[in-house]
Amino acid sequence: MKEIFLKFKGSKTVLEAEVINPNVFAGKKLSEIENLTVYHGNRRAKLGEFFDVEGSTSEDARELRIVVEGDLEKVKRIGENMSEGEILIKGNAGMHTGDFMSGGRIVVEGNVASFCATEMKGGEFIVKGDAGDYLGSAYRGNWIGMQGGLIVVEGNVGRESCAHMSGGKAIIRGTAGDFAGVHMRKGTIIIEGKANRAGAQMIGGTIVILTNVDPLPSFELVGEESDIEVDGERFSGTFLKYIGDKAELRAKGTLYIRK
Amino acid sequence: MKIILKNGYVYDPINNINGEVMDIFIKDGKIVNEFREKDAKVIDCKGKVVMPGAIDIHSHIAGGKVNTGRILRPEDHRRFVIARKFKNGKFFRSGAGFSVPSTRITGYLYAKMGYTMAFTPALPPLMARHTHEELSSIPIIDKGALTLMGNNWFVMKYLKAGEIEKCAAFAAWLLKAVKGYAIKVVNPGGGEAWGWGKNVTSLEDRVPYFDITPKEIIEGLMKVNEMLKLPHSEHLHTINLGRVGNYETTIKTMKLARGLENRDRHVLQITHAQFHSYGGESWKSFESKAYEVAKAVNKMKNVAIDVGFVTLDPTTTMTADGPMEYYLSSLTHLKWTNKDIELETAPGVTPYNYSPKSAVSSVQWAVGLELALLVEDPWRVMLTTDHPNGGPFIRYPRIIAWLMSRKYREDFMKNMNKAVEKRAIISSLDREYDLYEIAIITRASQARALGLKEKGHLGVGADADVAVYDINPEELNTAEYEKIERAFSNAYLTIKSGEIVVKEGEVVNEFYGKTYYVDVEVEEELMQEVERDLDYYFKRYYSVNLANYPVSLDYLTNPTKIERKIERVKVIK
Repeated sequence: MKEIFLKFKGSKTVLEAEVINPNVFAGKKLSEIENLTVYHGNRRAKLGEFFDVEGSTSEDARELRIVVEGDLEKVKRIGENMSEGEILIKGNAGMHTGDFMSGGRIVVEGNVASFCATEMKGGEFIVKGDAGDYLGSAYRGNWIGMQGGLIVVEGNVGRESCAHMSGGKAIIRGTAGDFAGVHMRKGTIIIEGKANRAGAQMIGGTIVILTNVDPLPSFELVGEESDIEVDGERFSGTFLKYIGDKAELRAKGTLYIRK
Repeated sequence: MKIILKNGYVYDPINNINGEVMDIFIKDGKIVNEFREKDAKVIDCKGKVVMPGAIDIHSHIAGGKVNTGRILRPEDHRRFVIARKFKNGKFFRSGAGFSVPSTRITGYLYAKMGYTMAFTPALPPLMARHTHEELSSIPIIDKGALTLMGNNWFVMKYLKAGEIEKCAAFAAWLLKAVKGYAIKVVNPGGGEAWGWGKNVTSLEDRVPYFDITPKEIIEGLMKVNEMLKLPHSEHLHTINLGRVGNYETTIKTMKLARGLENRDRHVLQITHAQFHSYGGESWKSFESKAYEVAKAVNKMKNVAIDVGFVTLDPTTTMTADGPMEYYLSSLTHLKWTNKDIELETAPGVTPYNYSPKSAVSSVQWAVGLELALLVEDPWRVMLTTDHPNGGPFIRYPRIIAWLMSRKYREDFMKNMNKAVEKRAIISSLDREYDLYEIAIITRASQARALGLKEKGHLGVGADADVAVYDINPEELNTAEYEKIERAFSNAYLTIKSGEIVVKEGEVVNEFYGKTYYVDVEVEEELMQEVERDLDYYFKRYYSVNLANYPVSLDYLTNPTKIERKIERVKVIK
């Protein structure tokens, strides 16, 4: 695996850096990478103005790992549209990190802002800290959210995570904000902490909450199950099984809540 | 600026010119007689097709619900983005939107295809100021707005009471007040019934409270239209749009035009006829009834259709037919919005994805093409997609290519749901449109329908709106349909009001076109009676003051008045 190191020098305003992507870096020399276009506010700028670029390059994106260092809260769209390779972010990442990704792997050691991994189709998106709102959701207005791949967040997530989820799997180790899995159609969400109003308007898919919380009143209790297995993961203990959200026609979503 | 277009193959159906090699002379925004070459810009059009600028009679490009559509569909903007640019010292603005493009690029995209005029077909009177503000930021093309009247309280009240002269006077006042161009009727009575949570499903149904039938509204407004001698006919979106088995209603609706005549044009336009030509008992047995509807159109010489092709794209549907949009959204379970306009109308908006894999969508695609191929007289057919309801207007070149090339239709059908072969007859139709017929359905018949003498042709005195396409009719092979589509997508040259606006598919110049509206003067005593009613009803029911209702001319770009003076309104029985 070849590694390219990007060290962030800081920026006063927001930087849009969708070029930080193994697919884009593959087959380019370091000097070419420094010359890639980023948008600094409404100004066109070069990646090299904001990042020190080092390391060795590869022709093949699959053999490439990009390591980004620094406080990247103001850097948006890292890894957008990526399909292979790996990005390791040592610090916090900004909005839209990993949007539309279809493969490869993004690991964020700090927190990520809102709208990350939206409409993800494949690959892995791993956050060691917390995530903002709309993680893995549909982009504004769309009705198809995450369709495949895996999201793991070690910390808490904000509101409406996995909205309009249509496939894939999301594991949230901490607490989820209101409306996790709203409008969900397919796929799996596992929430280890508390989750309020999870699965509102869901018509399919499965949500497992490993804490005892109240479901929305529009979910119908169908029974109890012990030691369940969902999407290849086993959970011991007794779970209340609900079907919903009955506020929708043809609702067949499953909600497990630990008893 | 003086321009000579030399040696092009000219297609100008209004003047019976079918592919003759001719020179076109342009001076001061008009087509003129020959002049000397030396002080003009001479453009060689050898081996190219020269047509009048194209006209779109029915395209939702402005109005309350168009903006509602934009607000509803941010994801549609993401699909289609045009960046700003500098060219020839001019600044062209950016824009976005595939099915509901923003205003600036609406003008650019039309001009790019050789279109120089488009009418927005549903102006809710109360939203007129907004509609004109939107129209006024669409560059290049000429514009106009058809005014919704089919569910207007005054119209229903007068027609029910048998006071058709008053209805005519009201229509004249309304058109002038909102700067509208023609009488548009959408789901007559259904929009009002929707306010009561109901709809109308037959021409004899009664509208709650007003106790009038759709039939009486359609007939009444058709007569009003002729009594006022309006340039365009009644523009009718009849009841049961998009419903299974609605073709019978459509044929019955056409028959309402019997006995009415106009020397210059048809008296009734069945708009987006494609959506009204469905058979079957349920969505499972959904089938094309284009043959039956086309047969009726062939017989009824005073009726015309615009087709409303389905282009099989994901799009946004929007119509003043509120109950229909609600019904559609209940089928798709997608987001939906309704926009009630007080005493006038009730539009709705919802996204729809016409997928070639869907049985219903693929049959709908066939219905549009079958209608265009089966109606014998191209002068009574107009090319539209009911933008954006059947598909976005940027697909017109593809529709032209479908109509011109049987091979294209066959190739396109290969990837479609097999229902298109079983429940439609498109695969058995051999007809291919030629360039002359294309010029009719995209230009001449639309200009004639709108009653605009200076549009849609290249005779001396016409407005110098010209499109040149890079197609050589001598070498035209309809099996090479990509070439046809490409040529009509990127006009070699678009000239608007005598100025070059598009060169080889790229917009190079912009300014504002005209906005057409109708001003009919009727006798004073009659108008005074109507004004008394207006006063009373506005105070009692409207949320705006009567004085704030009319739109001033400041809102229109280059306002162009079509005047009529009626000494004495004569009732048509």
